Amino acid sequence: MNTTNILLIPLLPLLSFVLLGLFGKSFFKTKAGLVGCSLMLVSFIIAVVTASSYFFSTGLQNGQYQQLKPFLMPWLKFANGLVIEMGLLIDPLSMIMIFVVTFISLMVHIFSLSYMKGEERFHVYYAFLGLFTFSMLGLVLSSNIFQIYIFWELVGVSSFLLIGFFYQKSSALAAAKKAFIVTRFADLGFLIGILLLSAQAGTLDFLELISKFTTPGDTLSSALGTTFLGFSLLSWGLALVFMGAAGKSAMFPLHIWLPDAMEGPTPVSALIHAATMVVAGVFLVARLYPVYAFSGAGFVHFIDDIGAFTALFAAVIACTQTDIKRVLAYSTISQIGFMMFALGQVPADLGAVHLGYTASIFHLFTHAIFKALLFLGAGAVIHYVHSNEMKDMGGLRKKMPVTHAMFLLACLAIAGVPPFAGFFSKEEILLAAWENNPTIFWMALITSGLTAFYMFRLYFSIFWNKEHDGHHHEKEGDIFLLAPLVILGIGTVVAGFVPFSHLVSSDRKPFETELHLQFSIAPVAVGLIGILLASWMYRKHSAIPENLARNMGGFYKAAKNKFYIDEVWLGFTKGVLFNLIAKPAAWVDRNIVDGMVKATGSGMEWISYRIKGLQSGKVQQYGLFFLFGIIIIVSVYLFKNVPWR
Amino acid sequence: MMEPGLYHLLVIGAVLFFTGIYGFFTRRNMISMLMSIELMLNSVNINFIAFNKYLWPDTLGGTFFTVFVIAIAAAEAAVALAIIINLYRSHSSINVEVAEEMKF
Repeated sequence: MNTTNILLIPLLPLLSFVLLGLFGKSFFKTKAGLVGCSLMLVSFIIAVVTASSYFFSTGLQNGQYQQLKPFLMPWLKFANGLVIEMGLLIDPLSMIMIFVVTFISLMVHIFSLSYMKGEERFHVYYAFLGLFTFSMLGLVLSSNIFQIYIFWELVGVSSFLLIGFFYQKSSALAAAKKAFIVTRFADLGFLIGILLLSAQAGTLDFLELISKFTTPGDTLSSALGTTFLGFSLLSWGLALVFMGAAGKSAMFPLHIWLPDAMEGPTPVSALIHAATMVVAGVFLVARLYPVYAFSGAGFVHFIDDIGAFTALFAAVIACTQTDIKRVLAYSTISQIGFMMFALGQVPADLGAVHLGYTASIFHLFTHAIFKALLFLGAGAVIHYVHSNEMKDMGGLRKKMPVTHAMFLLACLAIAGVPPFAGFFSKEEILLAAWENNPTIFWMALITSGLTAFYMFRLYFSIFWNKEHDGHHHEKEGDIFLLAPLVILGIGTVVAGFVPFSHLVSSDRKPFETELHLQFSIAPVAVGLIGILLASWMYRKHSAIPENLARNMGGFYKAAKNKFYIDEVWLGFTKGVLFNLIAKPAAWVDRNIVDGMVKATGSGMEWISYRIKGLQSGKVQQYGLFFLFGIIIIVSVYLFKNVPWR
Repeated sequence: MMEPGLYHLLVIGAVLFFTGIYGFFTRRNMISMLMSIELMLNSVNINFIAFNKYLWPDTLGGTFFTVFVIAIAAAEAAVALAIIINLYRSHSSINVEVAEEMKF
């Protein structure tokens, strides 16, 4: 395993960012896409070679995958013992992630060649894509928790830049700001969590941190023994780190930024807001999984509940949205909820196989592929009809045969129909939930049904239903638009057959999973019911959906308005933050802090008005003052020893 | 005929000094003010000489200082006269009360 090669994986996209950012306007105005794509392709090839050599030859030793740190350098040295390092951590998790990130990023780079063609700021777009890919790769390869925080913020910034790419649109600007502020708010918790955990453990390094918090000793007992508001410091640290993860991964109630983030260009949504950045939270929890599993027993149930609730909640909203990208956004939130609660399925016996962990990362892997496909497919559709709304689509299956076929594959995958990718990963998640927490299992099962329903509602509304006139394109898109769809479509078919439990497990030891056929019956049946229902309602244009919506009444209206969570947050920020905290604070600042400063000035002015008469310009008057001064000084000197003093 | 003692000389010095102070603060003519300053300097000279003669007759410190003060007084008179001439050129008067622009 070659260190330089691994370093090249994140550095090539950075090179692309620097090249296109500095010289894009003058040298690569039209060739920017090719520069970005070729650097990304090299990075992807290196990533594949690295990952496969790790998984199939060097990584596995004595039946366990190694954790390697091939590169480590001190980055910021404050004192001995307080050094922030930059390094690479090679383990199954980071290897899977670099594959996913470079693969999806490459597909998006290629897709954008066609999708963004003719944009005024084409080179800037590719520069931002490079920056994002660099940050994401840096994030997944981070060897310590502070480094991950740095890249975490970089990812946030590049997401901000890309959401607001069409900055002439005020809605895009607002969405970019919302995404940035909401995730920053969550990251505040993350930062405090980092400080808490690292102060307890005395290290920032992941491996040391994990080993200190999972082996009984002074560190662990002091972290568990010190309590604040009834919870141990370790629980607080883990909860705050989870807050950061929930913000990035759009868990309820911090999910509000993700649907708005769809204002960005569609390929960006595919890359950042479906496949890579939003799973950073899942990645972070997975990175610290041993600590969560070992010592966060009470807290893990909280992760469970949040994940399962988010999954169900977002799925309900997804059924009512009419903007196709928003449907996909809520579907993403729902699927990340699946990954999150799967991570929470810690078996009671810690020595047993942690199926939930493997299932979660497996679902992350398959979801990245089929969700990227869905988004790119939606992008192709939007490119074709120039609208995001379902009502402007319909009957596109004859006009866009390739997109139609690929979209169908992805919908089948996300609905959990065998033998597509989503079936296998979702099966594992449901199995893990069944073994640990039946309540979660039932919630997940309902969510699966809803998932199948809303995905096929989307599918039928776009490609079947009533045909629309007025789309007079001859072709559905050029090779750059369709090739990524086809490649991802192939990925969607084969990804499920990856023997994932041989690659990723919580103790890094390969294990076997068997497919329980009788267990699969229920989820698949639920999925098929969802599909049939959607087909009945949306395949032909009919009045059924409207009637149903009318019968559901208030519930439908609430779901369509996203259960008013945005309004709640808005009310919270306006009512509590602005009125109750910000306004008094502003008053204190304006009247007390500023008042003190102003009082110094006006006091000085008052005094100087009263003494300026001394500056009379009369020489003899000055002489007189001088004389009296001398008289006073001399008399003090003369009489300082007189007895009555 | 009584030999004049230290006290007599000190009284003369003090009278000269306060005459100078009085003149400095009451005269508006700058030449008069300059003369008052000369009076004060000379009263100091008398004190130096008197102390030298009556208290430390075998040293020359007081005489030296007197010579210094005379030299400095001459330089000061030259500077002051230059100032007075310039004041007269700009204000057509050597009355200090006409030069009051340098105030708040």
